Amino acid sequence: MPSSVPADIPEAAGTARQAAAPRRSGVSLLGSELKVLFGRRRTWALLLALAAIPVLTAIAVRVSSAVPPGRGPAFLDRITQNGLFVAFTAMLVSVPLFMPLAVGVVAGDTIAGEANLGTLRYLLVAPAGRVRLLLVKYAGALAFCIVAPLTVGLAGAAIGAALFPIGPVTLLSGGVVQPQEAALRILLIAAYLAVSLAGLSAIGLFLSTMTVVPVGTMAATVVVSVVSQVLDQLPQLEWLHPWLFSHYWLGFGDMLRQPMVWDSFGSNALLQAGYVSVFGALAYGRFVTKDILS
Amino acid sequence: MSGPVTGGLAIETRGLSKHFGRQSAVDHVDLAVPHGTVFGFLGPNGSGKTTTIRMLLGLAAASSGTVSLLGQAMPDKLHDILPRVGALVEGPAFYPFLSGAANLHRLDAAGPHTVPSTRRARVDHALERVGLEHAAGKRVHAYSLGMKQRLGIANALLSPRDLLVLDEPTNGLDPQGTREVRNLVRSLANEGTTVFVSSHLLAEVDQMCTHAAVMSAGRLVAQGPLAELRQAGNARLRLVTPDGGAARQVLARLGLAPEPAQPGAAGQPRPEQLERGGPAPGLPGALRTQPDGETVVAALGTDAKQPALLPEDVVAHLVQAGVRVRGFAVERESLEERFVALTGEGFDVAQ
Repeated sequence: MPSSVPADIPEAAGTARQAAAPRRSGVSLLGSELKVLFGRRRTWALLLALAAIPVLTAIAVRVSSAVPPGRGPAFLDRITQNGLFVAFTAMLVSVPLFMPLAVGVVAGDTIAGEANLGTLRYLLVAPAGRVRLLLVKYAGALAFCIVAPLTVGLAGAAIGAALFPIGPVTLLSGGVVQPQEAALRILLIAAYLAVSLAGLSAIGLFLSTMTVVPVGTMAATVVVSVVSQVLDQLPQLEWLHPWLFSHYWLGFGDMLRQPMVWDSFGSNALLQAGYVSVFGALAYGRFVTKDILS
Repeated sequence: MSGPVTGGLAIETRGLSKHFGRQSAVDHVDLAVPHGTVFGFLGPNGSGKTTTIRMLLGLAAASSGTVSLLGQAMPDKLHDILPRVGALVEGPAFYPFLSGAANLHRLDAAGPHTVPSTRRARVDHALERVGLEHAAGKRVHAYSLGMKQRLGIANALLSPRDLLVLDEPTNGLDPQGTREVRNLVRSLANEGTTVFVSSHLLAEVDQMCTHAAVMSAGRLVAQGPLAELRQAGNARLRLVTPDGGAARQVLARLGLAPEPAQPGAAGQPRPEQLERGGPAPGLPGALRTQPDGETVVAALGTDAKQPALLPEDVVAHLVQAGVRVRGFAVERESLEERFVALTGEGFDVAQ
């Protein structure tokens, strides 16, 4: 800290005062958000844990004797014949708990994490703008929703290809597609799961605006996803089932038919859009008027 | 840098209040911070300084009252005003897993008008200004409190600012760092930036500021140029005599209102109060027995409002009345005593 008055950097001088050049797009902030999210070790740990699911599955199948048909998760018995089934199995296995867990950690941390660190107040006096910050945070969580299933799918395909033969895949409808086409189906399932997790992310974002304890919102988000799946199992609540955000989570089997059936994809997308609007609005209502006291 | 708007106020609040439930954290605060000043915002812990700052910056909504920064209304014009305001609010806060420079890049990117092409240069310059250029690549996790504090100040300096709001800027700094912050504030003020510094350290405000305001229990009890605040403090005479009773009578006859003899008793109301001041508690310890007698303390009246009674005249009167004067001194209140007089003494956090 020199005590003399240092000369200003010429280009920088006056930029703050020239508020005439509006750059409110938020591209800078979004870039920074993605960099922080995917640059931190925790995110990598989550993705590695997700990638471990297909890897462990494949290794277990490889070192054990043949899996008897009809035992274990769907597709498991087919892995030895075709490595691409590692990807399908792993994605199926990770849907009920592991995916919601990872998404819960990221979505629950969005606002509460910043509040907990105290960086929220500095972002807001920058000023990031509350709506802009909320949108950027949600965009970051969505980016994770895209990357997480992709990680499972790609890690599954890779380890499957490494340990087992790759060949034409027999679909649920009985048709057979070439491996390239099957790889495309893996990407489609990843997209399906990304859409599936959008609603949960919005719930996490909303919960995240409620408190400054990120662990609490992470846990709450995961609990909400578990409760939704449990309710979806109770036949007494059948009227409620189409409204549960987890209702179509396991419906991606439609991506494995020939010709492809888009019904569940469409219904799922519509349902998730509903959850995103409702909980997005709640998060907006809460965050825009919230006193930042952390 | 363009010169500051001359005249007018950099910060102006009218009847600013904040309630949390039934508790009133800030109560009808009318701050007036002139442009180009270094303004000390004093008050004990829990007196509402930080809550006031949060409302100034639009982090918390006021329960009632208005705020205007740099001549524009907050929070309506928040997006136009805040880019011109640098802030350190309630201690520094950073992403511990990012380096110091990466943290500044992140916070700079959060601003809506900051220019990405100059970001690196501005970050480097800000880090250099607070003496952190060698620690720029280190993770904040490994920073000491003092280094975090410097980084927080660097964040406030990322863009040229018209107003800096620094909440306890020297907290956690060593004496060397405190000096550097003082010098930095001075150099910023010389460039025309208005600096609003909150602190509970009187010496700091004394050395750094041109103006000050004092908060107590959510209320603003004094504000103005520092010299005026100091003058507002009374001159007192301190008399040591074995004839306490007689001395008090003489002093009372002279209109000096000596403090009562009971130790720790409430003092007389001060003859003058600053504009918003309520009755200030007196200085305790009116009676202190010594080998030479007791100590009698009395306010000597103010210079402005009434013709001053000269101390030597007081002594002459006392001696005439047969009071044995064994010690006599005129004391002027230090800023610290003034502060204590305005905010109360002791460790009790208000409310």
